Amino acid sequence: MRGHLRPALTMVLILTALTGLLYPLAVTGMAQLFFPGPANGSVILREGTARGSGLIGQHFDRPEYFWGRPSATAPVPYNAAASGGSNLGPTNPALIETVTTRVAALRAADPGNDAPVPVDLVTASGSGLDPHISPAAALYQVRRVARARGLEEDALRLLVARHTEARQFGLLGEPRVNVVHLNLALDDGR
Amino acid sequence: MTLNGLAQIALYFAVLFALVKPLGWYMARVYAGQACGLDRVVGPFERLLYRVCGVRATEEMDWKTYGIAMLAFNGTGLILLYGLLRFQAWLPLNPAGLGAVPPDLAFNTAISFVTNTNWQAYGGETTLSHLTQMAGLTVQNFASAATGMAILAALIRGLARRGTQTIGNFWTDLVRGTLYILLPLALLLSLLLVSQGVVQTVASSRPVTLLQPVNSVRPALDANGQEKTEPVAVTEQVLAVGPAASQIAIKQLGTNGGGFFNGNSAHPFENPTPWSNFLEMLAILLIPASLCYTFGVMVGDTRQGWALLAAMTILLLCFIPLGLWAEQSGNPAFAALGVDQASGAGQSGGNMEGKETRFGIANSVLWAAATTAASNGSVNSMHDSYTPLGGLVPLFLMQFGEVVFGGAGSGLYGMVVFAIVAVFLAGLMVGRTPEYLGKKIEPYEMKMAALLILIMPMTVLGLTALAVSLDAGTSSVLNPGAHGFSEVLYAYASQGNNNGSAFAGLNANTPFYNFTGGIAMLIARFWLAIPTLALAGSLARKTPVPAGPGTLPTHAPLFVGLLIGVVVMVGALTFVPALALGPIVEHVIMTGR
Repeated sequence: MRGHLRPALTMVLILTALTGLLYPLAVTGMAQLFFPGPANGSVILREGTARGSGLIGQHFDRPEYFWGRPSATAPVPYNAAASGGSNLGPTNPALIETVTTRVAALRAADPGNDAPVPVDLVTASGSGLDPHISPAAALYQVRRVARARGLEEDALRLLVARHTEARQFGLLGEPRVNVVHLNLALDDGR
Repeated sequence: MTLNGLAQIALYFAVLFALVKPLGWYMARVYAGQACGLDRVVGPFERLLYRVCGVRATEEMDWKTYGIAMLAFNGTGLILLYGLLRFQAWLPLNPAGLGAVPPDLAFNTAISFVTNTNWQAYGGETTLSHLTQMAGLTVQNFASAATGMAILAALIRGLARRGTQTIGNFWTDLVRGTLYILLPLALLLSLLLVSQGVVQTVASSRPVTLLQPVNSVRPALDANGQEKTEPVAVTEQVLAVGPAASQIAIKQLGTNGGGFFNGNSAHPFENPTPWSNFLEMLAILLIPASLCYTFGVMVGDTRQGWALLAAMTILLLCFIPLGLWAEQSGNPAFAALGVDQASGAGQSGGNMEGKETRFGIANSVLWAAATTAASNGSVNSMHDSYTPLGGLVPLFLMQFGEVVFGGAGSGLYGMVVFAIVAVFLAGLMVGRTPEYLGKKIEPYEMKMAALLILIMPMTVLGLTALAVSLDAGTSSVLNPGAHGFSEVLYAYASQGNNNGSAFAGLNANTPFYNFTGGIAMLIARFWLAIPTLALAGSLARKTPVPAGPGTLPTHAPLFVGLLIGVVVMVGALTFVPALALGPIVEHVIMTGR
């Protein structure tokens, strides 16, 4: 047994230096050199101000913005310093109640729109930071946003189509709309 | 089940199987100590390492020496990691100024990473400093995976060698697995992930200005000094960042699974795009699948490896359709609320609670199945919010004892034990001494195999029963009814099999769960590793017998079928009663109202 103590201790220490410090620092160095944007959080800059990350959603509840996925993070929705989902089970009454409230809020913000609500618009994402909604969820909101901003619905539909990302390489993932990019484009008046 | 979803799953398995042979062949050369291409670069460092550590690389060990070296290494790592967690507040690389991790959580987390489980009772971004993530967790991600692969290499040598006491050298297996296999793959994968948007920086946070202020409340004191809350408009979002990509790469490759962020691979900084998702999923099964080919090469008959891989793949493929169907069907309670869950051109539909839009149903279900078939345990969607049968898939896959691909190394040595049980059963049927790869399977081997198979259900079911009968266990449950029972069963199935995924609604960060879970993880790892090494030692001593007319060919479809039957039978007989109380009851309740 005693013969193993020296290799055990030195091995742990050297592997710590190698895989715990050298390896992550080497990756950091290469990442900062080759991919500085993505490595630092894909931050969107507007006139020198950081307006968000292209990968992290933000909370929207005003009628003139497209709303994203509901977020279960605490204490505020889309808290990017404490990610997580609701973990509510499918038969939990609390889930049914929450979804009922969300449907009611969408309907109240857009009276007269009785179309079925796309499911991703009333269910919380796993991370609580999902920046995307489905194209169906974006189109569902066009009427409300158009009215609140005094824009043509057709022009908005075109904007949504321009911001719809197809499946990656035509195959992977799902079609989606980045809510932060879309709302930023609205504010930019493009 | 959409056509596109099926195409994505087919592509996934096609790419995986295309990589099995080259990587499996390469790993066989690494463990045989042969030239493998990288030795020109890494060789001098490897030899220097042995000299500094006082290791004689050519020295062969018997199984007991091998086991003691393994325990000495893992024990030292455990103590060091525990110390790091307790002292992180006073150590460097702690930009967020996080405090010491409490003793029970540090106990659970240290065991969790040393045993290749990566159960997350902690929230990454809110609990652990950068130094802890890098020098503590990342190191054990490498070390625990390399340990599992080393034990597998020892078992294979036991099967391949004849009339000898020795099964290899733990130190060289550990070092070569790390330097030649895990590090190069992790380096490559981490850079690919950064290119997709996974963060990798020494900073810890990046504040940004929100497009729309969010109404919130904050605690304050009123005129009389009483606590109250007052409204506040939040205008800033703080992005937690850090050296994530380097840790994510190895947590996927080494079947570890512990995320940099609390949201694990659902977090957009941990898994930003469908392509990063594809790569991370590929990394889950890559090493466990390729090791089957390594096994074949090292025992001198690659058909033996393909047979084991076929059994694993068929088992996994049986469960994916069930998960897809259950999740795509969505939540029946939503239909009455005016919610559209149908899949169409504009949305993936289905049960989207706890899932990310970019992954949809197909990629979430495929990940859930792969991560629990392998003992990875990372998640890209929240399993607790799955439909009852959708959640049964990952739960049941863990309860097979993590032999359907399983952990890096540990999965295959578990599967070899099941193969030994299968030939034993076949031997009983024809009344002749069973043999596997020419080695006679005798009472000692069967005792070890029985031990390996029985310990896990005892731990999982025993601790679940304990937890649901105590307030300390039930008070942590989030969801009421049958789903709450599933949360507890899932927690112990996960820790008792070194998986690490969770029905995360369960508040696992309590002294009760931290302690019992820690014990379960220790048993699952080391109580199984030691009989495996004993088995290796016993097999190595035997001289092979030539195959006769009564020998069951262990590379043929008949054997693959028998092996699948044994795995399913043992898993189902042990766990179906418990599953009936959890997901199956919940399914009946959900669809019945």
